[in-house]
Amino acid sequence: MELIRDLLVQGVQMLVVVALAPALLGLVRKVRARLMRRRGASILQPYRDLLRLMRKDVVLAENASWLFRAAPYLIFAATWVAAALVPTFAFGLQFNWTADLIAIVALLGSARFFLALAGMDVGTAFGGIGASREMMIASMAEPAMLLAAFSVALVAGSTQLSTVAEHMATEAVGLRVSLGLALVALVIVALAENARIPVDNPSTHLELTMVHEAMVLEYSGRHLAMIELAAALKLLLYISLIICVFVPWGMAGAQSGVLAYLAGFGFWLAKLALGGVALGAFEVSIAKMRVFRVPDFLGAALMLGLLGVLLLFVSRSL
Amino acid sequence: MDRIAFDIAHLLAGGLVLVSFMMIYQERLTALLNVFAMHAVVLALSVSWQAHIQHAPHLYVTAAIALVFKAMIIPGALHRIIRRMGIHREVETVVGVGLTMLAGMGLVAMSIVLMLRLTEAADTFAREDLAFALSVVLLGLLMMVTRRNAVSQVVGFMSLENGLILAATGAKGMPLVVEISVAFSVLIAFIVIGVFLFRIRERFDTIDLGALEEYRGENQ
Repeated sequence: MELIRDLLVQGVQMLVVVALAPALLGLVRKVRARLMRRRGASILQPYRDLLRLMRKDVVLAENASWLFRAAPYLIFAATWVAAALVPTFAFGLQFNWTADLIAIVALLGSARFFLALAGMDVGTAFGGIGASREMMIASMAEPAMLLAAFSVALVAGSTQLSTVAEHMATEAVGLRVSLGLALVALVIVALAENARIPVDNPSTHLELTMVHEAMVLEYSGRHLAMIELAAALKLLLYISLIICVFVPWGMAGAQSGVLAYLAGFGFWLAKLALGGVALGAFEVSIAKMRVFRVPDFLGAALMLGLLGVLLLFVSRSL
Repeated sequence: MDRIAFDIAHLLAGGLVLVSFMMIYQERLTALLNVFAMHAVVLALSVSWQAHIQHAPHLYVTAAIALVFKAMIIPGALHRIIRRMGIHREVETVVGVGLTMLAGMGLVAMSIVLMLRLTEAADTFAREDLAFALSVVLLGLLMMVTRRNAVSQVVGFMSLENGLILAATGAKGMPLVVEISVAFSVLIAFIVIGVFLFRIRERFDTIDLGALEEYRGENQ
């Protein structure tokens, strides 16, 4: 009975993340539009886009291999699993015990691997350029993410997200410089990984600068829908990750009642909306940087992560 | 000392180091000056927090001086100078941000290790605070070494002085007389440097200090 209930809660989380991801994307777009004094599309627009793409036929290039057709599903599956593992409204869900930060980094890494392969598969120039840029960004972003994860893990004594979140919610942690550094590093990584503005512009097809859009240029129909949904999920995942590590207050404890879950859910929604608004405001206030400047930007994240870990090691020996 | 008070002080001092890194990262002069103003604001916050937890009201004066002089007057004046020289859109060629940041990391690590070894007798907070202050000083020096533009060297110098104030307040405050005289000497130094900038430009048509190298008479 216990097991069934746990699985049920976990299932709810899996459905909720998929259901909410397009709305978050819509919210970010809406905030950006409003700040630019445009009216902007409705928050529900991403759902309509996905529906439209689902209904359309797939147009395949003649020389597309099986990989090109399989990749969207693989990408979506890996991202979905990763998003379902991050604690959102409650600690200690059934699958949380299998989820640690490094597993999530690995899942996202494999999704990125398939995306880059698919980008190169058809052999168009844009796909290749997008894939090579994505890999360049990833080669800097992944170590930075791991370093941020290490400094969090050193504080909490575990890389398991649920344990980390529970530890962070207690008063024993206090304010720590290295956690602040890890937060900045993680935010930079999240911006880069989700192809948000200072690194890549999600709403343009300008050939000189596009990274993510260049790789998915050949996709259409339900394949494109899968990839777009995976991108939305990834954004939700990163915001939830930052929420659950750095502001875990209000999450429901393990094995709590329906009311506690509902309250945790409300808190999570509010924090998610705040994160979306903050992202939109940040994107409006900053210009996109040159591609060759991106390694500096991500290098800064890497340094901050390293500095955080260093400080933790030193202050331990105090 | 209360745990949370300690944590906030620690966080603000660490924030100062972080802003120093941001200054090293900035290539554009206008952005650099804005970050410098932020540096002074963080310093003012840190000093006034110290004043609060040490019950030392004269430190509030220090914080006010930092806020008025270094966060408003000096950045404002520097903004006007670069605007009058027409270099506010200039992008500086730095040694390479990545390399400089790496050197900065090394300096921070060095100052932490050094300070923690040297000050074993002092109380925990003063030790970490001194380590952070030394990092800020060294990062300011690093900035002066790696930049070629005279204005960013001035900014490096001023941020170095912020580090000194951080060190002084952490060590149970410093006499107000000393603080005021330091603040005024920085202001005088700033005025002299401001005059110098225009003189350098009149003479060499640039404030890129690389141009001065030719006049040293060594590599002939």
